[in-house]
Amino acid sequence: MADLSIEMCGIKSPNPFWLGSGPPTNSGEQVMRAFDAGWGGAVWKTLGEPIVNVSSRLGAIDYAGARMMGLNNIELITDRPLETNLKEMYAVKKAYPHHALIASLMVETKEQWRDIIKRSEDAGADGLELNFGCPHGMCERGMGSAVGQEPRVLAEITSWVKEYAQVPVLVKLTPNVGDILVPGKAAVEGGADGLSLINTIKSIIGVNLDTLIPMPTVGSQSSQGGYCGPAVKPIALHMVGALARDPGVTIPISAIGGISDWRDAAEFLALGATSVQVCTAVMHEGYRIVEDMIEGLNYYLDAGGLASVTDLVGKALPGFTEWGELDLNYNVIAKIDSETCIGCQLCYVACLDGAHQCIHTDQGPCSAYHGEPDHGAHPRDVVQPPIWHQNGGGADTHVPFVDEQECIGCNLCKLVCPVPGCITMEEVPTSAGKESWNDRLAKGLA
Amino acid sequence: MSVEQPAWKALPDDRAEFQFADAKPAFSDAEAVIEANRCLYCYDAPCIKACPAGIDIPAFIKKIATGNIRGSAKTIFKSNMLGVSTARVCPVDVLCVGACVLNDLNEQPIRIGRLQRYATDETLEAESRADWDLFTPKAAIGKRVALVGAGPAALACAAHLVLEGVTAVIYEKDDRPGGLNLTGVAPYKLQSEAALAEAKWLLRNGVQLKTGVQVGRDIELDQLIKQYDAVFIGVGLGADKALGIPGEDGPGVWGGSGLIRKIKNDPAFELPDDVQAIVVIGGGNTAIDIARELAMLGVPDVKMLYRRTVGEMPGYGHELQGARKYGVRLLERLTPTAVIRDGGRVTAFRATSTASGVATDYPCDWVVVAIGQEKHAVHLADGIEVDEKGRMVVDPQTRRTGHSKVYAGGDCINGGQEVVNAATDGREAAFAMLRSWDIAPELA
Ligand SMILES: Cc1cc2nc3c(=O)[nH]c(=O)nc-3n(C[C@H](O)[C@H](O)[C@H](O)COP(=O)(O)OP(=O)(O)OC[C@H]3O[C@@H](n4cnc5c(N)ncnc54)[C@H](O)[C@@H]3O)c2cc1C
Ligand SMILES: Cc1cc2nc3c(=O)[nH]c(=O)nc-3n(C[C@H](O)[C@H](O)[C@H](O)COP(=O)(O)O)c2cc1C
Ligand code: SF4
Ligand code: SF4
Ligand code: SF4
Repeated sequence: MADLSIEMCGIKSPNPFWLGSGPPTNSGEQVMRAFDAGWGGAVWKTLGEPIVNVSSRLGAIDYAGARMMGLNNIELITDRPLETNLKEMYAVKKAYPHHALIASLMVETKEQWRDIIKRSEDAGADGLELNFGCPHGMCERGMGSAVGQEPRVLAEITSWVKEYAQVPVLVKLTPNVGDILVPGKAAVEGGADGLSLINTIKSIIGVNLDTLIPMPTVGSQSSQGGYCGPAVKPIALHMVGALARDPGVTIPISAIGGISDWRDAAEFLALGATSVQVCTAVMHEGYRIVEDMIEGLNYYLDAGGLASVTDLVGKALPGFTEWGELDLNYNVIAKIDSETCIGCQLCYVACLDGAHQCIHTDQGPCSAYHGEPDHGAHPRDVVQPPIWHQNGGGADTHVPFVDEQECIGCNLCKLVCPVPGCITMEEVPTSAGKESWNDRLAKGLA
Repeated sequence: MSVEQPAWKALPDDRAEFQFADAKPAFSDAEAVIEANRCLYCYDAPCIKACPAGIDIPAFIKKIATGNIRGSAKTIFKSNMLGVSTARVCPVDVLCVGACVLNDLNEQPIRIGRLQRYATDETLEAESRADWDLFTPKAAIGKRVALVGAGPAALACAAHLVLEGVTAVIYEKDDRPGGLNLTGVAPYKLQSEAALAEAKWLLRNGVQLKTGVQVGRDIELDQLIKQYDAVFIGVGLGADKALGIPGEDGPGVWGGSGLIRKIKNDPAFELPDDVQAIVVIGGGNTAIDIARELAMLGVPDVKMLYRRTVGEMPGYGHELQGARKYGVRLLERLTPTAVIRDGGRVTAFRATSTASGVATDYPCDWVVVAIGQEKHAVHLADGIEVDEKGRMVVDPQTRRTGHSKVYAGGDCINGGQEVVNAATDGREAAFAMLRSWDIAPELA
């Protein structure tokens, strides 16, 4: 068994799995049940000045029958009294001294920050997370993403907090910016000890076509909300990776966004995160999902010969580079395994209509259908209609054929193929050495 | 770890069971993931409640979906050490699958048995790999337990005991371990190789197996009670019951479980070409199984004769349906009356209608009597009792008999249920023994 314990900017946790600030960390009773289930830490639902929440407040999109691929919410920070939250935090920390308990905060004035920091620390918080990310409701009041989108303000508020705080300070970033490095570096400049990202993405989840009111509906209206859940994971992965590899960002990262299982978590760790936070997946299936997260990550580390979870951190960063550095002489082509192919021809139509017309439903080179192989460079006025469809029979005669001369190795066919492992992308050996766009520019060849 | 594996005689080749294909073939990786993702991951799931072993079904399925197959197998074995065979032989339609909430959504329920097979088969394949050890046995604690019989009940019990550092010694009268998994369960569900591979896996942490030793004949139960800290009895059931009607003794009349054993394990067994019609007596699952097996082996006319009506049959409806697909016919309300012979050879079976009282001769070449099995009588010692049906009496929680050192489980206490019940009894008896020594079992 690998060692899953972590220390993130001084905050110790038995494992890297934390609950993100949100409904799952609304109350002490919930957080204690979560710790019992195995969660290593929790970022409490954001504390601040009293607000009122609306009803309803969540919307979701399903995909191909699967529920909640993306979730959107118009919930604000906690609507429970500050006193109640702090009392419960104190009780939780007392009962679970070795778990990471982090207070998420969002207030306006310097005095308010000083006051709430002191009270959070008195309640036993191991760290503070500054919520500069909420994209609805709070930003209109000059807080949340209004701060996160304004690097100067972000750095200044961070430095106020650092002036008062005794415990480590994480800055939670909003993804609603053009370049995540800008707020990330502003947080570093303000003295933050760590970064948390992403918060939710500004969105409208849908429009009710019967009432013509956007969702989630409050009476006869709606408002833009924050998007999260599995659908946002790729966006979060990029932002985490971009910060982690930047030499200007020297502080650890707590990754958030669409993490639902141990694989998602491992990917974020490999792209440089030290801990991960989960909100939507717990809202969907409960605290119990952490059992598989812990066990699955453990077995994964074991299988890879890694003794500690910290050994995984950043392992994928060397492979993450700028487009200009990629090797232009590297080529792959698609290969179809006729043994496992079920003859659905989704690869065929995808390549024909959505890629480069290199897959055919009959054996034979491209020239039979659209002239000599030319990677699409010449006019295609002689393309044959796909009459060969008619000679299809069972799956065996429906196995499509990849014209290897024409295939440009885009991956599309492999991505649409419903049979795992049926289409593989195989490297074409070449004697040409690596040459990137930047190499070409340097040689004046581009 | 290098614990010597117990050895046993290899099974002979050329067995009739090879003629049976898997009724529920293994899932491919892709099929398993698609099926696992259909599971709703219910909270307080009804499928768990319907599983006699109480396996955390949504958790093991979720782990297949996330690619944590090793963890999935661990979740299964933790509750049911016989996960490999039960995945294939459990009557899932009346257990977990029958309880799946998707039945209420007009969707096909999750094929839990086949997912369980996917996760547990992987474990047997990975058995030799050091990185796949699911449970680590603890250091010896100086306790010794004797187990009588190497069927599912005792194998499960021993597997749990050795994990807690207990020395477990199994006494088995046959040449090989496995009990009815090896000799009784239908070959289109579980073949002998898989049953033996599972037994080998269950014994891997140092369980000692003594084959060819019949307790009550070669060694007395009293002796075991004296020599060991506790004894577990998992002897199953005895020989097939006879009808006690004229003509029954002689060639051409078989006991149900005895004939199945021949089909599964005996290379000398061959169905003679001139056996074209067979009458099977009984309405339980053994009767249905043997009828289906004979039909699948090519006997054109297989009739089941049952004394009451189909609704009263103890055999499962889905099993009867399965047998009917191969041409088995069921005749109801018939009381066995006589086996009719001509010069020793069976020519017909005479049965009397319970409705009309009329006796009819059903022409046949063989008769198979599958009306249940005798109970074993070897286990009577101080304080150990049997009920009026011959079942050993145990405490329902601990599976302890009236004797403070003797526990029992499986068919010998329930009169003949399923493999999963035997495995659960074995587990609970192991836990109870450990608790009696003030040890809290880790997997409890
Ligand atoms: C034909 C048939 C089909 C079945 N099909 C299914 C099915 O599809 N699914 C399912 O779940 N269940 C099925 N069952 C039931 C299942 O096989 C049993 O419930 C299960 O095997 C009981 O396990 P056990 O350990 O109690 O006994 P057994 O499996 O009977 O094992 C008892 C062992 O004890 C040994 N033994 C007996 N006496 C002594 C002695 N004195 N000394 C030493 N050793 C002794 C025996 O040789 C045997 O190896 C079937 C049963 C039969 C008969
Ligand atoms: C209903 C809801 C309420 C949330 N409330 C807060 C909050 O109070 N403070 C905060 O920092 N983030 C809040 N979040 C954002 C989450 O902490 C998290 O950053 C985001 O949901 C992305 O992670 P996920 O994909 O795991 O949900 C909320 C999210 C949801 C869905
Ligand atoms: S999930 Fe709970 S709080 Fe939300 S609408 Fe349903 S019942 Fe109400
Ligand atoms: S998409 Fe896959 S399965 Fe379908 S025809 Fe193409 S190779 Fe065969
Ligand atoms: S009842 Fe069905 S859907 Fe629900 S957890 Fe069990 S197998 Fe999955």
